[in-house]
Amino acid sequence: MSDPAERLQAFLARVPYVRFLGMRAELAGDEMTAILPFAPHLIGNVMMPALHGGVIGAFMEMAALSQLSLTAQSARVHKTIDVTIEYLRPGKAQTTYARADVRKIGRQIANVHVEAWQEARAKPIAALRGHFLLAGLS
Amino acid sequence: MVQSVPQAAALGFELVTVEPGHGAIFAPWREDLVGDPDTGVIAGGVVTALLDHCCGLAITSSMLGNVTAFSTATLDLRIDYMRPAAPRAGVTAQAHCYKVTRTIAFVRAQAFDADPADPIATAQAAFVLKRPEEPAKP
Repeated sequence: MSDPAERLQAFLARVPYVRFLGMRAELAGDEMTAILPFAPHLIGNVMMPALHGGVIGAFMEMAALSQLSLTAQSARVHKTIDVTIEYLRPGKAQTTYARADVRKIGRQIANVHVEAWQEARAKPIAALRGHFLLAGLS
Repeated sequence: MVQSVPQAAALGFELVTVEPGHGAIFAPWREDLVGDPDTGVIAGGVVTALLDHCCGLAITSSMLGNVTAFSTATLDLRIDYMRPAAPRAGVTAQAHCYKVTRTIAFVRAQAFDADPADPIATAQAAFVLKRPEEPAKP
């Protein structure tokens, strides 16, 4: 399966938790955008209302893993070693987007930076930096 | 705080213990929360949301004597994944809020599947306390 778009969709379809979040991803050339449409079960603060911080973190982690499914081809899911999540603005009850930048791929470990935004790319709501242990590359 | 938050209810969180500055929550394993279809291990995103939520519980419980209502917002969250959870295993998180200032709460947490002495993940977080009379921005 060498077509990147097919590989990406196959990865997303295989992971049950991706469906729980309701997340999808689109590919424009080599640039992937992860999309998380708003859904009531993603809310963490009913009063504001705001997305759960854990949901935003999980979405960015899945965006990193989705990007790695393109950059570091493997039949298996790569494993998260660590993530540092910075919250910049409240996540409103609307669609969230994320893009992942693979900063370095070594033989075993990848370093990935992710940024998530809502209305404007220049106003990120959160950022993630993480290290991922690469499953056997194919 | 476990049932009234939509994301916590959607993940099936169950309150284990709560005492001033401490909290523990259990997240049961479910087919639709799997992150690695090859192994049936619960998604890292669920652990992220669980740790974030449990940190919030520990902060809230440390402020029980406080008359002023307030809400918390995650400022940053660092998670180290020691190992994957066992296949088809639920995850318990324990959090300790060890310092609260006027605006910030500092929390440590860990998650385990069977034995607290053998964690699957540890976390370190800082939260902004939002008091109604002086809404703080992260």
